[in-house]
Amino acid sequence: MKLSGSQILLESLKKEGVDTIFGLPGGVVLGIFDTLYHEKSIKVILTRHEQGAIHMAEGYAKATGRPGVALVTSGPGATNTVTGLTNAYMDSTPIVVITGQVPSQMIGNDAFQEADIVGISRPCTKYNFLVKDVKDLAQIIKEAFYIATTGRPGPVLIDLPKDVTFAKTEFKYPDKVSIRSYNPTVQGNKWQIKQAALAITKAKKPVLYVGGGVVLANAHKEIRELAELTQIPVTMTLMGLGAFPGMHDLSMGMLGMHGLACANWAVHDCDLLVAIGARFDDRVTGKVADFAPQCEVIHIDIDPTSIRKNFKVDIPIVGDVKFVLKDLNEALRDSFSQNGDLKELRKPWFAQIEKWKKERPLLYHQESSVIKPQFVIEKLYELTHGEAIVTTDVGQHQMWAAQFYKFKNSRTFLNSGGLGTMGYGFPAALGAQAAFPEKLVINISGDGSIQMNIQELATAVVENFPVKVAILNNRYLGMVRQWQQLFYENRYSSSYLDRTPDFVKLAEAYGAVGLRATKPDEVEDVIQEALRVKKPVVMDFVVDPNENVYPMVPAGGSNYAMVFEDPKPVHDDKPARMADPDSILTA
Amino acid sequence: MQRIISVQVENKFGVLSRVSGLFSGRGFNIESLSVGTTTDPSISQMTIVTEGDERIIEQIVKQLNKLIDVIKVVDLTENEFVEREMALIKVHARSEDRAEALRITDIFRGRIIDSSPTSYTIEISGEVRKIEAMINLLRPLGIKEIVRTGRIAIAREEAKMLVQRERKVAEG
Repeated sequence: MKLSGSQILLESLKKEGVDTIFGLPGGVVLGIFDTLYHEKSIKVILTRHEQGAIHMAEGYAKATGRPGVALVTSGPGATNTVTGLTNAYMDSTPIVVITGQVPSQMIGNDAFQEADIVGISRPCTKYNFLVKDVKDLAQIIKEAFYIATTGRPGPVLIDLPKDVTFAKTEFKYPDKVSIRSYNPTVQGNKWQIKQAALAITKAKKPVLYVGGGVVLANAHKEIRELAELTQIPVTMTLMGLGAFPGMHDLSMGMLGMHGLACANWAVHDCDLLVAIGARFDDRVTGKVADFAPQCEVIHIDIDPTSIRKNFKVDIPIVGDVKFVLKDLNEALRDSFSQNGDLKELRKPWFAQIEKWKKERPLLYHQESSVIKPQFVIEKLYELTHGEAIVTTDVGQHQMWAAQFYKFKNSRTFLNSGGLGTMGYGFPAALGAQAAFPEKLVINISGDGSIQMNIQELATAVVENFPVKVAILNNRYLGMVRQWQQLFYENRYSSSYLDRTPDFVKLAEAYGAVGLRATKPDEVEDVIQEALRVKKPVVMDFVVDPNENVYPMVPAGGSNYAMVFEDPKPVHDDKPARMADPDSILTA
Repeated sequence: MQRIISVQVENKFGVLSRVSGLFSGRGFNIESLSVGTTTDPSISQMTIVTEGDERIIEQIVKQLNKLIDVIKVVDLTENEFVEREMALIKVHARSEDRAEALRITDIFRGRIIDSSPTSYTIEISGEVRKIEAMINLLRPLGIKEIVRTGRIAIAREEAKMLVQRERKVAEG
């Protein structure tokens, strides 16, 4: 029997196990939405903006590990996905985005709502397709899901002209796909793994530096086994949080610009750095020359371009982290039987780390009158027992969440790590909630970030997603304000958000529940009430507008030279903390 | 240092733009790029001339390999190779200069492929140095127009065999 392009799309998505599509209809995709009208096995979540749809698909993918799917129309519908696509590309999130396109014969004619989305999205997708013939459609969808989910995952876009959605052909979904030019390496080189095992066995002061690749590869068990077997302390990047339990004895927490002192110092002093699924991002390394300066470096990554891109590596291993770690653990079990107890060898190293932990723990001072933002995060952690899926937007609140919510499990901290997209967190929370209706999903946001995709409150209410939004409201673009205070002598140029809306009333206007805390002793009650209500809730925490994120490594500075508290005003010619003028690092 | 990279890609629309976009998006410069199909019509062969230190070339090769449509990447500069470029040169050739133009063409084993009362169009192929030398000699006559193909290159068969033999030895 012959099926139309729309039907083929739908049947193919079902074959891929897709149960949810996030999207917004428009002229050229009406045929597809019409086909979806009677479909029971795929739920369509109507968003209020295409950017929201892409971030939801990302949230779905990050929380589940399965590809998220979004469907939007041509022209503006398609261009509205660009931020989301770039975000997914930077964070290696597997999503498949289907955009409508004007009919084939009108492509290139500047037709109404036409945009060259294949051209526009080329640098921000892992791959993209323009479907020219309905006969290719099933094969293309199979390839799209294969490319999105294998190797280093990423976003794939399929541009579907209107006439292709109506044209008919026989439907046969391919069983498997093989692309001659695309064969990601999964197994690591055995000899290199042996070298890595040898280096680990010999090291006196090793550190595991764990990134988002470990989360993507679902290698949390393997990383725990490696750490416990070899007794190596673990530090995680922002994207790696949750890959290793935050409360584990071997955890040093996050490293980098707002990382913990013990983590940054340990990396600086280590004699062996094992980088796993991490890419030496400039927010992690600070001044590259001073990052882990005197150690041997092992780097495990599925993407060969990540290796030696901006950092020297002694033992590179290309492969899927899960497979490489399995082999490495096996090799280490052998060495360990020959080398006896390494705990003894590492004793001085652990003593040093403990000393650093005590010397510079994460600190804030909660007074009686004003709510400190860190206090809100600690209360959220306490009252949710660390079991919630937490999403964040981008800014100070994101860093406080990373510092003070101790993530226990993999895939429970979803945030925009690579691109730093304000407005990501709330739709991502809805995507996670769509995947796990029974789980508690909390979006920690700022008053600046939440306003970038606040329209999705309507989606939350219509879908009855019981997502909780905690706004740390300081009436500033907080991180901008912090930089202006520290590096631009308190000139708060365009960072004060005058006329921030009344978030409680706004929530109510959308049909959600709004709650507010203005004093520290109200925080717990507000959170308890939000957790009790089975509806979308917006919690407006009016927090200290002058609170900063510490520790902090100034851009271009070295990770060991962290700043721990607000400086006294500096009025001499040379402010102590100006970024290194020779640094190539961006703000 | 100048490098010549040979890239086999799927012969599909958009592939050239992916390859050139990779260079422009990362701030790598392309000095010349030429493309044509191979014996297999579904595969195109690109010759890319670029410049960079070892780290940059390593990134270029890795990034090219990472592109979904790229089948094979070889840095030809690592071994023996032969290269050619072709140029069409339109030169002023009035009566007094016609003999000189013909002589130069002859010395460089070029061919006159079009002639008018006031000009010759000369076809020349060879290594870049040869083409540059010919252009320099023709310049006094007055060059009206030059079109160059960019370089194409291929590994020497002997070198190729040697590499394969070495690899076999390395792999035991």
